[in-house]
Amino acid sequence: MIELAYRRATDVAAAIRFAAEEATPKFLGGGTNLVDLMREGAEAPATLIDVTRLPGRIQEREGGGVLIEGAARNTAIAEHRAVRERYPMLAKAILAGASGQIRNMATVGGNLLQRTRCFYFYDSAGRCNKRAPGAGCDAVEGFNRIHAVLGASPACVATHPSDMCVAFAALDAIVHLDGPEGPRTLPMTAFHRLPGDTPEVETELRPHELITAVELPPLPFAARSTYRKVRDRSSYAFALVSVAAALDVDEGGRVRDVRIALGGVAHKPWRASKAEAALRGAMASAESFRAAAEAELAAAVPLRDNAFKPGLAVRTIVSTLGELARGEAA
Amino acid sequence: MSLGDKAKAKVTGAMQAVMGTAVGMMPDAAPDPLRRKGGVIGAQVSRLDGPVKVAGQARFAAEVALDGMAYATLVTSTVARGRIVELDTAAAEAAPGVSLVMTHRNAPRMKAPTRFTESLTAATNSDLTVMQDEVIRYDGEPVAVVLADTQEQADHAASLIRVSYEREPAVLDFDAVKHEAKPPPIIFTSPPEVKHGDAETALASAPVSVDLTFRTPRHSHAAIEPHALTTAWGEDGSLIVHTCSQMLGGTRSNLAEVFGIEEEQIRVLSRFVGGGFGGKTLWSHEYVAIAAARLAGRPVRLALSREQVFRLTGFRTVTEQRMALGAREDGRLLALIHDGLTASVYHNAFPEQISFPARHMYAAETLRVGQKKVDLDTAANTSMRAPGESVATFAIESAMDELAEKLGMNPVELRIVNDPEKDPDSGLPFSSRHAVQAWRTGAEAFGWDQRSATPRARREGDWLVGMGCASGTYPFQQMPGGVARIRLSADGRAVVQMASHEMGMGTATVQAQHAAARLGLALEDVTFEYGDTDLPAGTMAGGSSQTATIIATVAAASDELFTQLIRLAGNDSPLAGLKADDVEADGGGLRAREDPARFETYASILGRAGRDTVEAEGKSPMPTAPMKYSMHSFSAVFCEVRVNEVTGETRVSRMLGSFDCGRILNAKTAASQFRGGMIQGLGLALTEEMLFDTRSGRIMNPSMAEYHVPVHLDVPEIDVMWTDIPDPHAPMGARGVGEIGITGVGAAVANAIYNACGVRIRDLPLTLDRVLAGLPDATGRPTAPGKDQAWT
Repeated sequence: MIELAYRRATDVAAAIRFAAEEATPKFLGGGTNLVDLMREGAEAPATLIDVTRLPGRIQEREGGGVLIEGAARNTAIAEHRAVRERYPMLAKAILAGASGQIRNMATVGGNLLQRTRCFYFYDSAGRCNKRAPGAGCDAVEGFNRIHAVLGASPACVATHPSDMCVAFAALDAIVHLDGPEGPRTLPMTAFHRLPGDTPEVETELRPHELITAVELPPLPFAARSTYRKVRDRSSYAFALVSVAAALDVDEGGRVRDVRIALGGVAHKPWRASKAEAALRGAMASAESFRAAAEAELAAAVPLRDNAFKPGLAVRTIVSTLGELARGEAA
Repeated sequence: MSLGDKAKAKVTGAMQAVMGTAVGMMPDAAPDPLRRKGGVIGAQVSRLDGPVKVAGQARFAAEVALDGMAYATLVTSTVARGRIVELDTAAAEAAPGVSLVMTHRNAPRMKAPTRFTESLTAATNSDLTVMQDEVIRYDGEPVAVVLADTQEQADHAASLIRVSYEREPAVLDFDAVKHEAKPPPIIFTSPPEVKHGDAETALASAPVSVDLTFRTPRHSHAAIEPHALTTAWGEDGSLIVHTCSQMLGGTRSNLAEVFGIEEEQIRVLSRFVGGGFGGKTLWSHEYVAIAAARLAGRPVRLALSREQVFRLTGFRTVTEQRMALGAREDGRLLALIHDGLTASVYHNAFPEQISFPARHMYAAETLRVGQKKVDLDTAANTSMRAPGESVATFAIESAMDELAEKLGMNPVELRIVNDPEKDPDSGLPFSSRHAVQAWRTGAEAFGWDQRSATPRARREGDWLVGMGCASGTYPFQQMPGGVARIRLSADGRAVVQMASHEMGMGTATVQAQHAAARLGLALEDVTFEYGDTDLPAGTMAGGSSQTATIIATVAAASDELFTQLIRLAGNDSPLAGLKADDVEADGGGLRAREDPARFETYASILGRAGRDTVEAEGKSPMPTAPMKYSMHSFSAVFCEVRVNEVTGETRVSRMLGSFDCGRILNAKTAASQFRGGMIQGLGLALTEEMLFDTRSGRIMNPSMAEYHVPVHLDVPEIDVMWTDIPDPHAPMGARGVGEIGITGVGAAVANAIYNACGVRIRDLPLTLDRVLAGLPDATGRPTAPGKDQAWT
């Protein structure tokens, strides 16, 4: 049998110490993705360090922010009053993902480390640069309807599957890390990587580093924000395209500030900075929403099966911003 | 197809002709008097197997425990064609708990089985054996099996087996070879093509016409229970197999062939099946488990993983269909052309009979219907709920909708004006056709008159709302070859036995109801026993044939039982001098039809005769009615969809199925069959597609996460209704309800999408990208920036 060690940590220091003691450790949160990947042979850790007993509180911070500790469950976050009131896009994104049972198990730390749903990543008989760096990518010329149109590389066209992280990216969330070299923080937008030549390296996490919390900075206008997930069936399907957006419009109808992030289009939650820049100071109109969305998607490189994605992303951005501008969305 | 096959096809065809003529001269069998009986027949009886399933007490094939049982794990090929050049099993053999690793090097010799299409007493769709040589014939073919003391040990050891292959060129791309397609010599017992008049010329000169091409992908049954068996050999060479089967007798027959033993030595049990849909026939893993059990000398349990279900059991094959219709201005059809193409495999003859429904649906002045196939190097395609009809009705009924639009005609009326008076192909009268009634009552109940003929007429925010409709149809089928036994006890209880199948359809319940009515007993006094080849022979649960077949067989047994009872009753009985035909069962006894006062209870008859029980058997009668009558069920399917104009997402908001299937025997289980079929039709319409990579021959979405069946939230309120008009030529007036529900749904949804948003989609599934391709941008501009950009 494969020897698999299991250690349960009850505080951050222990978790980091355990990790440093092991050859190929993995932190185990809800296990909703990692255990599947172990069954599929895509992950083979020698030691699982259970971090679900670590703190999982959701704390309101002074100034209007919220700190979500690493072991917080998805359901708890989506239900939390401060999250629903201050960052409705986040609650919506979480509820758009997976199923009730999975959300009850999944943790915020684990959510950040979800791996792609690329068909070829799961198939040990095919080529995948994530599973076997340098092997090649069967998705580039294969079934790639669910794959990336932004920021991809010839080595990898996979997408990040999370809904929650798309909202985090839009909200400028800060990832709190702790590890052998001490605590540090990273902006969510810098936490995940684009594939480049090393698609197997998916985040900026250092060896044995643990996600201890995700901090949501104050963003008052995010009280008017939403998440729109476009998918093939009503539930239990990953996003083909998703949009997390918040919009702040002044009395004159001009965009004072805006946050937009896209899911389902890239190897990481895609912060639509070009669109945001184009919109700041512009009239909050369908025309400017469209011009901004098209500016963001201008760099899109469609594959055989996903040529619909850039257009779909544009349409969904325009529609979502329109709802926010009209005050129709949460 | 070999010369032998061709000869067989010719003989079958000739037999049919001779039989048809002979039967045509025979008088009709008297209609079943029970066809109009009320009471327990037609009642909403809950499934009798429900409580044990809900309580977790029903033992499925993978839950049967046998003493000393080993757990098995399969290793399957990862190339579509080639040969094994290296097969290293040493590490697996040395792994803890492992008792056997079987490969082609040590597997017992097995003989090739007869295929289902060649014999009614076969259950396999492929005549390949397994692990007999180093040759690989499809991706997913079993190459090794590990037996161990626990499932985990077996799984682990299987992961240690190293196999390498020498790839050989494989034919995998349907589109690349479809120009080589040829008609099969025969489709079951029908010719692959039928022609009446010159349809192409009629089409060319028709005032209004459509000529369209439709494509449908591979579908998986996705039954909730993965294929599994628990099996053991006896010291006397006998074999017991607990499996999940919808063809018990065929499984036994094929296993006898493959392992070179007598059928009498084999017992196959399948009390509960967790969904079949045509997929629970006989597949290679069963040979593997049984062979390994023999080699290891211990019982074996093998349950396929979900991925293995996708890879090595069958699927509904891919199709491409040309559908052309020519009509007069009043809508009457001048020409109907349906040319189909499918993919199959050389080791299989399962046809996906897409050319069948158009032979019987509409009264076209000229008709040409046919189908061709190409062979690919894949696992064997197989029957899946309404094989042929499910995907053919997508093409036929989408084309009818397009024609209705061109004609400026209500699509319901187009179906009604073309309803045929006799069968368009055979010319035979219909046994009972009330499709028009189904259309009219369905349209009224659904509120079809609220539909705008113009697309994009109804909007709710971003959602465009539309309605669509389509015809469904499925043939009546009844099988010969079964036997039923009735054992009646002096205490007024009866046991009815036939080795038939309960896969969740309601068979056990409906047949208990039937037996109660047939024998004049209360429902609780009747037990229906099934799912075991030690019982009298059943026939397959396929082709929606099982209910009618069991009824006809039990009726034959009850005739024999009544004859025996009258004989036992003797001269002192009020029944003295009567024949079986003169009596009916009622109130726990027999009563003279013509003189209700002449009555005696079973208890009284048996008591006077000094008997505890009386037993009778009857054989399934040869179904001759389908040779004299065109016997089909019909439906009108309506649906309302909402199409999001921004995203192209389709959500079905309402459905209604109006069915003409003869007598409905249990309103509750029949409604579930109809609804279940319609829900599977929703999957066919909107989401289901096996992603078959033509480079490798591998299925890329072999999981329930990525092969998208409808989730609860996708399923709207579904209303079902039925004509409930007994078919005078069907046993008890019932024509079967298992498959028709899925037919027509694909087109009804596609037509509703068109009505909602003005986009026609002729390829399944009807995904949002296909909708988007036809939706205008809000500003009328193209919406795919960056299309020509290169990698940066």
